Amino acid sequence: MVRVCQSTIIDAPIEEVWAILRDFNGHDRWHPAISFSEIEGGEPVDAVGSVRHFRLADGGELREQLLALSDKDRRLSYCLLEAPLPLMGYVASVRLKPVTDGNATFWEWRSEFNPPAHRRDELVKLVTEGIYQAGFAAVRDLLRRGSVGSPVDARSPRAVAAPVPSASLPRAVSTLAPGQGATTRAIVIERYGGPEELLLKEIGLPPPAPTEVRIRHTVIGVNFIDVYCRTGFFDLLQPPGVPGMEAAGVIEAVGSAVSGFAVGDRVAYACPPVGAYCERRNMTPELLIHLSDDISDEIAAAGLLKGISASFLLHDVHVVKRGAIVLIHAAAGGIGQLLVQWARHLGATVIATVSSDDKARIVERLGAHHVIVYSRENFAEAVMRLTNGAGADIAYDAVGNDTFGGSIAALAVRGHLVSFGQASGPVGNWDIGRFATKSLTLSRPNYAHYTDTPEKLAPHVARFFQALRQGVVRVEAPTRYDLVNAAVAHRDLESRRTTGALVLLPQP
Amino acid sequence: MTKVYVSSVIPAPAAEVWKVVRNFNGLPGWAPFVAESRIEQNAQADQIGCIRSFTLRDGGRIRERLLALSDYDLSCSYAILESPMAVENYVATLSLTPITDGNLTLAEWQAEFDCAPDREAALMHQIGTGVFQTALTALKHRFGR
Repeated sequence: MVRVCQSTIIDAPIEEVWAILRDFNGHDRWHPAISFSEIEGGEPVDAVGSVRHFRLADGGELREQLLALSDKDRRLSYCLLEAPLPLMGYVASVRLKPVTDGNATFWEWRSEFNPPAHRRDELVKLVTEGIYQAGFAAVRDLLRRGSVGSPVDARSPRAVAAPVPSASLPRAVSTLAPGQGATTRAIVIERYGGPEELLLKEIGLPPPAPTEVRIRHTVIGVNFIDVYCRTGFFDLLQPPGVPGMEAAGVIEAVGSAVSGFAVGDRVAYACPPVGAYCERRNMTPELLIHLSDDISDEIAAAGLLKGISASFLLHDVHVVKRGAIVLIHAAAGGIGQLLVQWARHLGATVIATVSSDDKARIVERLGAHHVIVYSRENFAEAVMRLTNGAGADIAYDAVGNDTFGGSIAALAVRGHLVSFGQASGPVGNWDIGRFATKSLTLSRPNYAHYTDTPEKLAPHVARFFQALRQGVVRVEAPTRYDLVNAAVAHRDLESRRTTGALVLLPQP
Repeated sequence: MTKVYVSSVIPAPAAEVWKVVRNFNGLPGWAPFVAESRIEQNAQADQIGCIRSFTLRDGGRIRERLLALSDYDLSCSYAILESPMAVENYVATLSLTPITDGNLTLAEWQAEFDCAPDREAALMHQIGTGVFQTALTALKHRFGR
């Protein structure tokens, strides 16, 4: 039996907080993990014994039963009846107490359950952070928005930063018009959803417009951003459309107004508009990059987006100098591996975090000075210990929700938190006043703003290719999937089973 | 039966706050209105049933009996035996609850007592604000805020 207990102070009168929490059918209005809620059998929400049915943001379903509800003590208890996770015997209770000194509310959320031993830590963390702490933040947010009691149907989509303002993007639909002539095989998303929505189709391929070139892809990069396109978390792709923003290949045809590119040129790109998951496509060539003979198609498709990102993160968002202490999360991931190698080359002391011992070994081999397995150890405390209490000068954090607070705690005075992704969920709202305790700087860089013109892009491409040639960074051989198996690639990427890059091969 | 309830957030971990408030003979160390305190009959301050006898800065004298002390629940209950306040059947509980978010402490102090109806409002104010909140505010300052 494990017990989890989390508590917080909500800066609102207890009546307001209780009005939210008392609603046994209201989690879908505020909790980020819950996308849909209903009471089975049309029972009243405050009938003890009623059962709520949740659909989770990740598609899972669960059922919970109300065991006790007290308006007198402002307390309720419930248990899990069915869940996609082995939270055996899960019984939880929520209680509120007034803080009379300041008219705030104490909120405690606790539970007991029996997890399987080998998943104990993972499930405790999930309940602690993913359910309870995330719930605290969400209710705070709901109260701040002042929308208590009103339907929150217009709940904003998860705030995943799009790499470019979506309004400026041409819709991929145009390439889907059933062409009279040539066609190409492509992965088409007809509606937002899971990996099963990635279907191989034959679509029309018109001749390139005067300002376009046609590329025959040889290798296509798979990135987490493609998952966000598929699920609709942001709207770079409007169904029906072809996902993908990174590939290498050969130019097959050139529009009449294009200069600087010729049939047979080897090229690669890592930019919108989406449409890379196909054999052939037309696109304007401003952000196409010529590949020299010593850069293979596979390395370009596997490494370009990540390499460009690592370049501007280390040389532009923050100029990493010799002697700097750099904290890198998800260090075994695609960008993480590049950041570790490159930061070390720049003379920084590299502290890396990973989720498992296997990944720790990979990152050690890449040259990290210290590797923290964050599932086993509080990484913020470890950083402080490793730096004799000084903290890190820079934290590169693409994990988001799970690490953001710890990153702040791990930074030195006048440290710089570079938040460039949120694989574990949005970071939520933070009071920037807290940054004053260490005079911290926060950056939230957007890929497009560093790469959306040839002038911005060229130095990063040149720097990345030079780093590859000199052996400063190595891009490990990617895991290959046939284009038709794009759904398998997405499943593997989302399960975080993978290390290094994933690519699709259009010609089996 | 009249009830008084006061609560505050103390900016320190519950274990640290408990070290201070657990001492039934320790009021002069943190409650600004208490001048001195002793435990009667040479008993230990954590012996259930012991009696503290303390003097207020305004000269008043109060005797209270320790009814319950829990290092597990971080709570302490006591009854008034003698005081200048016109209360009867007075039982109070001071309890601490950890706030995991920020590692702070919720301190709650509540009392139940009987009194003359025309004195109720004044006593509630005197006990709630003059005693409990004043002491909790002092505790907050002691831990840095």
